[in-house]
Parts: sequence; structure tokens; C-alpha cells
Amino acid sequence: MTKQMLKGNIAIAEAAIRAGVEAYFGYPITPQTELLEHMSKRMIELKRVFLQAESEVAAINMVYGAACTGVRVMTSSSSPGFSLMQEGLSYIAGSELPCVVVDVMRGGPGLGNILPSQGDYFQITRSAGHGDYHPIVLAPASVQEAIDLTVLAFELADKYRHIVIVAADGLIGQMMEPAELPPMQAVATERPSWALTGAKDREPNAIASFYLKAEEEEAFNQKIQTTLQKIQKTEQRSTEFYTDDCEILVVGYGTAGRIALSAVQTARDNGMKVGLFRPLTLWPFPEKRLSELADVVGACLVVEMNAGQMVEDVRLATGGQIPVSFYGRMGGVIPMPDEILHEIETHCRQLKNCEGIVTLSERAK
Amino acid sequence: MQMEFVFAGFGGQGIMFVGQVLAYAGMDTGLEVTWIPSYGPEMRGGTANCCVVLADRPIGSPVVHYPQVAVAFNNPSFEKYEPAIAPNGLLVYNSSMITLDRTRSDIEYLPVPATVIADELGDMRLTNMVMLGAAISARPTLSLDAVKQALDDHLPSHRRDLLEANFMALERGMACALNPAFTK
Repeated sequence: MTKQMLKGNIAIAEAAIRAGVEAYFGYPITPQTELLEHMSKRMIELKRVFLQAESEVAAINMVYGAACTGVRVMTSSSSPGFSLMQEGLSYIAGSELPCVVVDVMRGGPGLGNILPSQGDYFQITRSAGHGDYHPIVLAPASVQEAIDLTVLAFELADKYRHIVIVAADGLIGQMMEPAELPPMQAVATERPSWALTGAKDREPNAIASFYLKAEEEEAFNQKIQTTLQKIQKTEQRSTEFYTDDCEILVVGYGTAGRIALSAVQTARDNGMKVGLFRPLTLWPFPEKRLSELADVVGACLVVEMNAGQMVEDVRLATGGQIPVSFYGRMGGVIPMPDEILHEIETHCRQLKNCEGIVTLSERAK
Repeated sequence: MQMEFVFAGFGGQGIMFVGQVLAYAGMDTGLEVTWIPSYGPEMRGGTANCCVVLADRPIGSPVVHYPQVAVAFNNPSFEKYEPAIAPNGLLVYNSSMITLDRTRSDIEYLPVPATVIADELGDMRLTNMVMLGAAISARPTLSLDAVKQALDDHLPSHRRDLLEANFMALERGMACALNPAFTK
């Protein structure tokens, strides 16, 4: 396969198709509509299921139904639409069903706007619905990663019978970049043993998220927690740049992470020992690796497109060993490399081992 | 190396496509490349614009606030991007349509009578390629051949008959950058 210029939304849709998604249910919302649009064409061509629901509430319940039958199923939306899906997501979690949900985040709260944001971090990593659970959350920072993580999302969903959220933002959804699509996988023909497939010549299966007795509900919760602990142990993922000798560690995911890399590169060009840690899984948060890095760096700067949400996870992971500061833009404003560089320079000056560095802005004077 | 281009004009002037042609040419040349459209409320009524970044290392932000090159197709685009261009940057503008006065002394201006040239070539829709030709001539990031190849590879099938005309439009645009009227 060769690289082609692909728009993020379309790349996610096509990656899902090639990962063998059998049913897609959704409702249009900017900035993810091209995803649904691509599905509307390709799923029909491939004789799979595409359905534009009457609302996000309906779409997620269709996902719930399809997931019960053991097919690979997905939906996609953007922040306000994702909020509408939370009840259904909780039912899916409470029924231990696999599904993939794409949230192309936009500015909020409320109707907000259609510009890129990471304001849904708390919402998607904490539970994405009522009750005690965390979805697995994957955060792409490029079109290529959007493709790779979408394929991974289906694998993890099936492996753990769990919800996997691909958390992109308007920028990843709308931009075009060279990327390579995976080969087409055949749609699975066998259904999992727990699936509702008509119960011909076998005992019926039952799927519900309903336990009237407290003890039974608790036992079920313990089962979910065991799965989550396993996920937390084995599925933490991150990527890092210039961390071999860095004294200041910038932490950012998705769009904020890729923009931070530009600032880190400029800082390196200027002699500052700065590195970047970019979580690929937001839940489970890659705390193991981050806590190792906290042992060797002097300070940490978290960059997000929100008021400071992941920064709490960074503080938990670094356990007060190093100062953790935050830089964020909100409401659809994208932090630019020069702003992040300015924050890095401020840190550099505060750390004594960086003294003597002439910052770019000082040089300009 | 990193070069940032903004293309801006009315919807229908081929702004998105001309940016994509540049992006494809960059990709085929082996550069890192991003393309992003404006998809905000400004699309409805005002200017349509897209941003293309070409670089030799991973690109951080595909959105650029202070581009090195702005290619303005109409007055609102000129007005919007003239103040935003990075110092020593370049403003390529469609002098067939743009009537505004220049206000900066720290950037280069390249006037291109693109609509008139496109009209001479027989199709107003070639305006965008005339502008692109001028831009790549004044800031030689990519070769004309690479851009021609990108057009050949990506021009939609129902527009194939316009391929040669597009090549001519690129060349006419390139010639504009060689004109002594291109003042620094």
C-alpha cells in the first residue's frame, strides 16, 4: 500500500470498514459529518448496514442492539451528540458489549461551536455514562494514528467486550495528511458464544444490564472491575520524543500533543533539554511510563485544549515528585507552537540546570 | 524547512482544490504535508480558505496564524491575510479583482491578473492554477513538474479535458512572478 492524502474523518471511516465493521448507526454533526457520509456510501456498496438514525439517542441504542448480536459495530459523533449517547453507553457497559464510538470533539459546553477542542476528556475517560466503569479511550494525533487506533479500537473492544472510544477533535477530523490504510479484513463469520443469534439448537443467551438484588449487582460490578484492572495493567500506551536526556517534560495528547512537538523541537534547536510525552490511551492513562519519567525530569508542563483535565491524571501519575504546570486554550482555540514555547522557556528559567539559556524571545530583543 | 501557504477567496474559486494540488505535489516530492480547510462559520458568506504546510520534519500545527505565503483571490481575503503574513512573507493577489491598497512595507507583493489570464485561456475556473503557478514561482518550494504531476494524478475524471489548460494556467502564473512589476 502507498500513502494517500486522506481527511481524518474519512480515514477513520475507511479504517473501520477495513477492520470489518458490519454495522454503522449515526446522526450527522460537524465536525465529524464526513465520517458518516463516507459510511453512507461505502457500507451500502459493501452490502453492510448503514443507518442514519433520527437522533444520537436512537443511534447508540441501535449500536446496543447490533452489539448484542456479536457483530463489529460503531457510531460516531461530536461532543453535544456524544452527550446524548451517554445513557446508551452505560447500558452497553452494563451488558459487557463491545463497540467503537468516535468522538470528534468540538468547543463547548452546550451547543458551543464546531471548532477543535479536548473539552470532553473528563466525560469520556471517567465513565461516559452513569455507573462505575471507564471506556477504553484512544487519542490520535495524526491521520495515520486515527487509522491505526481505529483498527486497534475494534480489536480491544472484542478482546475485552468493552466500549472503546476514539477521541479525536475537529482538527484531526478535518485535516488531510498522507497516510496509509490497512488491508481489507474479511468480516467475521463466526459469532461469539454470548451473542444473541436466534438460539437455534442451543439454549438461549440473555443480555441485560439489570440486577435487582444489590449483591448480584455488586458481583457484576466486581466482574467489570476485574476486566478494567486487566486493561489498566496491559493496555497503557504512549509515545515519546527527546526523552532520553530531557529536564522538562511536556505532556499532551492528540492535537495539543502534536502542536507541542513543534514547540519542543524549536526548544531543542535552541539548546533546551525538553521532551514530549504523548499518551495514546487516555484511559487507561499511561501512568507507569509517566511515573518512570517523573523520576528523571525536573518539571512537567501539560498542554491541552481545555481548562486542565488530563493535568489531574498527570499529577496523580507523578505523585507530587515534580512541579506540574498547565497551559491550555479553550472554546475551539488551538494553542500555537510559539505560545507553548513561551511556557517551556518560563520553565527553563525556573530550573537551575537550564540557567544560561538565552530564550528565543530574548534573542529577538 | 517549513513553508506555510494560505489560499483564500470566494467559495467556487477552486480554493480548496488548489491547496490540495499543492499538498499532493508536496507529498509526492517526499515532504511532510498537511492541508486543512476553514470549516468555521466564515465559510458561509465570507471567504473560504485552506492552509497548506510543507516541511522536512513532522508538522505540529496544520493551522497557521502567520503564514509565509498568502494567496488572495478577492478583496475580503486580501483584507484578512495582508496583516497576518509573517515578516518577509509574500502576498500573491488576484489583481483582476482586488482593488485594495497595499499597507505593509515588510512583505513582498505579487500582483497576478489571474482572472483576466484565465479568461484569455478560455475558462475562468483556471484562475486558481494561475495563482498557484505564481506562488510556486515566487517561492520555489516545489517544482512545476511536481505540481503538474499532482494535477495529472488528482484532477477529477470529469475535468480531465482541462488538464492541458491547467498546465498552461500554471505556466502563465509562473511568468507573472518573473515580471519586473513584481515589486519587493
